[in-house]
Amino acid sequence: MAHARPIATTRSATGIPTPRLAIWWILASEVVIFGGLLGAYLMHRIGHPEWAEAASHTQTWIGAVNTFVLLTSSFTAVLAHQAAEKGKGKEAAKLLAFTILGALTFLMIKSYEWTIEIMAGYTITANTFWSFYYTAAGLHALHVIAGAIIMGFIAVDAYRGRELHRVEIIGIYWHFVDVVWIFLFPLLYIAK
Amino acid sequence: MADTLVEVQKQEIHGQDHEHHDQGFVSKYIFSTDHKIIGMQYMFTGMLMAVIGGYMAYVFRMQLAFPGISVPGFGQVSPGEYNSLITNHGSIMIFWVAMPVLIAAFGNFLIPLMIGADDMVFPRINRLSFQVFFISSVVLLISLFVEGGGFGGAWTSYPPLSANADYNQTQLGASLWLIAVALEFVAFLLGGINFITTLMNSRAPGMKAYDIPMVCWMIVIASILFMLSVGPLLAGAVMLLFDQTLNTGFYDPARGGDPILWQHLFWFFGHPEVYVVLLPAIGITVEVMATFSRKKLFGYKLVLYTAVATGVLSFFVWAHHQFIAGIDPRMANVFTVTTLLISVPIAEMLFVMIATLYGGSITLTTPMLWALSFLAEFLIGGVTGIFLGASGADIYFHDTYFVLAHFHYTFFPIAIIGTFCAFTYWFPKMFGKMMNETLGKIHFWGTIIPFNFIFIPLFVLGMGGQHRRIYNFEHFPEIAGPEYFQLREIATIALLIMLAFQAVFFFNVVMSWWKGEDAGKNPWKANTLEWTTDSPAPHGNWPVEDLPTVYRGPYEYGHPDREEDYWPQNLPG
Repeated sequence: MAHARPIATTRSATGIPTPRLAIWWILASEVVIFGGLLGAYLMHRIGHPEWAEAASHTQTWIGAVNTFVLLTSSFTAVLAHQAAEKGKGKEAAKLLAFTILGALTFLMIKSYEWTIEIMAGYTITANTFWSFYYTAAGLHALHVIAGAIIMGFIAVDAYRGRELHRVEIIGIYWHFVDVVWIFLFPLLYIAK
Repeated sequence: MADTLVEVQKQEIHGQDHEHHDQGFVSKYIFSTDHKIIGMQYMFTGMLMAVIGGYMAYVFRMQLAFPGISVPGFGQVSPGEYNSLITNHGSIMIFWVAMPVLIAAFGNFLIPLMIGADDMVFPRINRLSFQVFFISSVVLLISLFVEGGGFGGAWTSYPPLSANADYNQTQLGASLWLIAVALEFVAFLLGGINFITTLMNSRAPGMKAYDIPMVCWMIVIASILFMLSVGPLLAGAVMLLFDQTLNTGFYDPARGGDPILWQHLFWFFGHPEVYVVLLPAIGITVEVMATFSRKKLFGYKLVLYTAVATGVLSFFVWAHHQFIAGIDPRMANVFTVTTLLISVPIAEMLFVMIATLYGGSITLTTPMLWALSFLAEFLIGGVTGIFLGASGADIYFHDTYFVLAHFHYTFFPIAIIGTFCAFTYWFPKMFGKMMNETLGKIHFWGTIIPFNFIFIPLFVLGMGGQHRRIYNFEHFPEIAGPEYFQLREIATIALLIMLAFQAVFFFNVVMSWWKGEDAGKNPWKANTLEWTTDSPAPHGNWPVEDLPTVYRGPYEYGHPDREEDYWPQNLPG
């Protein structure tokens, strides 16, 4: 079902394109979701020095590899935006496909890591540190999955040369997912 | 009910909508992307939920005034059912009535019309927002009928009561309640993004920031407040859901968690939430007051800035709900100060209303009566809040009926009076017919007078030490005397009268819709843009080539250079 865009969508009283404006507001609402979760975690962590022992069982090197994977996927998202700006839909689609590949790699490594932890007995109910660990990383992983799916749709459109402005929007979202991980990695892995 | 309403509307719109007649009924009214239809969907869902919430209030008030009787239409109320009724009454009235009607219904209906746009910027996200909201309502209603009954841990859902099925005895009901609330939040985040971006970007040519009608500003500021406060609670809700279903220990002190954490996350949202619903109600009220006093709104910028100040301050008052939760007394002092401070901008807005009325030529139409009663009743709610915001007095009043009465003196004006005010004012634009004024006034007095008779006795009971969460007062001899029960009976009988008078409202809506007199484009002679199009507005609001351009602010009433006492925003010159 084709939808004619309302005139409202094409107006821009602020001078900022509406989709970009919207994604920043979405990110603002996401920041407080993760902010609440991580704030709660930090308060608990300060009150419970004994969590350092639990934290020492996290797989820092796996987390580091994943950080690298996610940062690389963000880089290809930037390149995709650049290609889309120049109107090269096919190239943008290819680069977005690399980003999706990065997301999938990230998720596979994550599953491997969680398998190790769970086999060692560190499940979500082991103690409150592990509860936070799985909740925060799980919520982040959900964002990775959602981003990868939406990126798939946008890549297909971009390949056909349609809706190229969306490449930038999903890129902004993807950088946010990246930044959240940048906060999670030191808080959950490095701080022992 | 909703189907027949939609049916009637279909016939009404049909005349002006020939180019769209190939759309089927379902795609046009159930899966519509038109902001007006979505607004109506929100409104009728919200009103249906209000009827359910009102029914719950009726059942538990009967139990409180006449313990142990078999309530007509319900039967004997068991303690578990009583808990579930009060919990879901609160949840429904705030999350499924005040929010969808005040913000979503009027936000959807009014924002594009008042800023001269043909729709929201993201119509399909708008539709998704309603669909998620609708599913959340269904989940909540289902939660009332699952094994063990509906959730009974109060709308604040404090752990460990809410986290542990051994305590609340409603394993499934508690989780479904939480999922319903979380879905409802998602719906309003989606809707809020639409409101904010639409107002920012899609205004009619010529409409500058200070030409925007106040109600649009208020709904958007409320959406921003909601968006920035609900996140931590969403995270908290995920944690609570894990505590309930996966047996984690986020809120269990025995396992390294902390039950007070939930209170912080909840009230960090819960107090801004009060202003999330208050601001749209104030916006509606000032719109109506300016129109029916035929005077310019006093201090447009002042109202706008104080609304922003209220919004900022509202993030720093949450712990006044936790004065007796064992927080540090020094922290309680800080929150007492911020709480007393926030009454300053609110008082300022009420003074602005009075200043707008002063010297105006006031017409006491039904919407104006509602607007005036908002001012009077909310004032009582605000003043009694000072007692509770001061940590010393709160220790005595906490968890008594005084809190409950204060709370209803704020929320009733917001959610009920504000809604009726807006509904009676914009009814001509929604349905193209005038409402019957006599029936409107009967309904008004039949609601306002009993309302005061419900809650003034509850203030007195609260000061007498009556605790909030008691199922049967006969079990507590010191507050079971006849003087206490008389007050409870007054409140309950007043509630019955008030509920009975709502029939007048529904009768009025149906009759006016059916055979009311035609409203024409601008029955109230108001300035804002929604009155420049047909009533009801067609799909797209204005003809595409004829979208309005704005030349002045929305409240130019009684301008000395003009013959007419109003000056629509879209007239050049």
